[in-house]
Amino acid sequence: MEYFIQQLINGLTLGSIYGLVAIGYTMVYGIIGMINFAHGDIFMLGGFAALIIFLILTSFFAGIPVALLLLVMLVVGMLMTGLWNWTIERVAYRPLRGSFRLAPLITAIGMSIVLSNFIQVTQGPRNKPIPQLVSDTYHFGAITISLKQIIIVLLTVVLLAAFWYIVNKTPLGRAQRATEQDRKMAALLGVDVDRTISITFIMGAALAAVAGTMYLMYYGVASFNDGFIPGVKAFTAAVLGGIGSLPGAVLGGLLIGLIESLWSAYFTIAYKDVATFAILAFVLIFKPTGILGRPEVEKV
Amino acid sequence: MTNSPETGTPGLMAKAVKEGIFAGLLALGMFILFVGIETYQDISNALVWRTRWGLLAIFVAVAAIGRFLVVGFIKPHIDRRKLAKAKSGVLEISEEKGFFRQHFLKIALVGLVLYPVAAVMLAGTQGSLKYVDNFGIQILIYVMLAWGLNIVVGLAGLLDLGYVAFYAVGAYSYALLSEHFGLSFWILLPLAGILSAMWGIILGFPVLRLRGDYLAIVTLAFGEIIRLVLINWTDVTKGTFGISGIPKASVFGIWSFDVGAANNFTKAFGLPMSSAYYKIFLFYVILALCLLTAYVTIRLRRMPIGRAWEALREDEIACRSLGINTVTTKLTAFAIGAMFGGFAGSFFATRQGFVSPESFVFLESAVILAIVVLGGMGSLTGIAIAAVVMVGGTELLREMSFLKLVFGPDFTPELYRMLLFGLAMIIVMLFKPRGFVGSREPTAFLKERKAIAGSFTKEGHG
Repeated sequence: MEYFIQQLINGLTLGSIYGLVAIGYTMVYGIIGMINFAHGDIFMLGGFAALIIFLILTSFFAGIPVALLLLVMLVVGMLMTGLWNWTIERVAYRPLRGSFRLAPLITAIGMSIVLSNFIQVTQGPRNKPIPQLVSDTYHFGAITISLKQIIIVLLTVVLLAAFWYIVNKTPLGRAQRATEQDRKMAALLGVDVDRTISITFIMGAALAAVAGTMYLMYYGVASFNDGFIPGVKAFTAAVLGGIGSLPGAVLGGLLIGLIESLWSAYFTIAYKDVATFAILAFVLIFKPTGILGRPEVEKV
Repeated sequence: MTNSPETGTPGLMAKAVKEGIFAGLLALGMFILFVGIETYQDISNALVWRTRWGLLAIFVAVAAIGRFLVVGFIKPHIDRRKLAKAKSGVLEISEEKGFFRQHFLKIALVGLVLYPVAAVMLAGTQGSLKYVDNFGIQILIYVMLAWGLNIVVGLAGLLDLGYVAFYAVGAYSYALLSEHFGLSFWILLPLAGILSAMWGIILGFPVLRLRGDYLAIVTLAFGEIIRLVLINWTDVTKGTFGISGIPKASVFGIWSFDVGAANNFTKAFGLPMSSAYYKIFLFYVILALCLLTAYVTIRLRRMPIGRAWEALREDEIACRSLGINTVTTKLTAFAIGAMFGGFAGSFFATRQGFVSPESFVFLESAVILAIVVLGGMGSLTGIAIAAVVMVGGTELLREMSFLKLVFGPDFTPELYRMLLFGLAMIIVMLFKPRGFVGSREPTAFLKERKAIAGSFTKEGHG
């Protein structure tokens, strides 16, 4: 039983990270209906920004408090990825918004290739390890919870609450929901659609940067191709939860995290990704629009 | 634009300067951490950093000056040209096709058949190896894969992000069956195609109900599952080590290319020993396979099943209400597309002599899909052009050692291969969102054949 709870905690931690990235996918999909393949690499960029800030800060201020360090890493990472995603949307996606469906998908895949190779070229292909930032652990009987896990889960909850507030209670969120429902009508009613979409990209990127920083803190290593596997898993999470639905993205993320850690604990670790993808296929066969997705109404 | 672009407005320069400065600042913000700072491991293996302000300055300057030139000069110039054209009232489209365009296919075909001969004559037997193998065979493999995927995405409109799975099935079928049963290439080639087609049906069944992006993600997941199984099922596939020593193909069993064999090709013809002949033979094999793919695609488009695919792509509901069985339509598209992937895979295995899961990553699927879309979906010529440009272009980078003289001896152009590939994907899409060949000839027409703009058709929809 303790073992099970331990795995549950590990799964929740991982799932929080996936959930944060999945929100970016699901929001962009909801608002402009495209799979933003480069989002996984934005997550990787966020991790790298945090890594570089960590190196700079620790070399200038040796005894800097960890809380302050983490805060600066998070803020700079969010600003950095926000800037990148804003530019990417302007350069690669906006000109193709009225174009046929596959065009932005191809530029997104191209952007994903560009981002990971850009980091490979500028920062080198090797894994970048950093010393452990937070190493405290707490024991409850046989269960061990590390401070890292508490930080990750708490931060996720806080961000989700803030995010929920923005989307549901502010004029910006109203504009986003209006744009999601009907872009043309929203524009006619005075919503600045371009600006709303830009802000959506920035918000998604900021959450991805938080996830990237947490990932760096949790595993202590960053690499240029870190964007792909977590990116695909987060996208899987978004689809599993029902793409376009915010609670669905978080639910999907948690599910993927739990499946992964429980599968590795009770079965073979080698096939954990196979299990994740197989469950995705299985869920979609019986519920083709995901767990919380709205059924698509088709009009002729 | 309120000001006439003819007179070179004073506001334009101010705008260009402003936009240039903005782009420079943006580039500064984006690149300051990733280009301005370099992280590396020092002697004690600890991660440290150093600055690269010079490189950062170049990035910022390029962004600022580039934006300034675009806003200040290039864009007004394009606008002027458009205006002039609109005023003169002459349409760009001409009915007359030049000699070259009219006979493009014949010229291309003759050129391809003569290509290895020309390579041998110009570069010598040994020197031709590079041109035939790296450029010829490599590009033709991608042409074949892209034409195979074109059946699924371009004709049936089913967005498949895991096409590389079928390529892998074909390659491993050949590698494993030849290893365990000693069967030859010419028996295993059709067998690999059949096995891949079966996998196409197996993977196609569960996704029949899915549409659009859900289909995309599930096919991506299947592609990854196949790759992960290949990595982890070490008893059979030898995992990441891959299978090596895959036998070479022979000329229909008459002549062999194994060095020790009695019926060795070079001995039989009294030629000097060289691996170039094997590569030339392989070139003709893949060329024949490509032509087969093209022929089958063209013929199928005129058959009821091809018409059903295109109907499915345009509108699934209308398709169903007209009594077309969408289940079999989708499954045949998956199966036939997969079959060509399997052919290409078994060819790839015999050409490399080695297969490992490394060759079947998602990136390959993305590259193949990119070639299909960049070429203009459904257009075989466009796809072939896209494959030549994208694959040939990146292969060309390997040859550019003269760049070392410009950028110093540490410069390795190969490193920038995928970076440039990604950039090319984005740039081509931005300027030609419908691909290189954006118009097509309809399969069904009333009185006469007219090229229709690609924008009239919906793709990747199902």
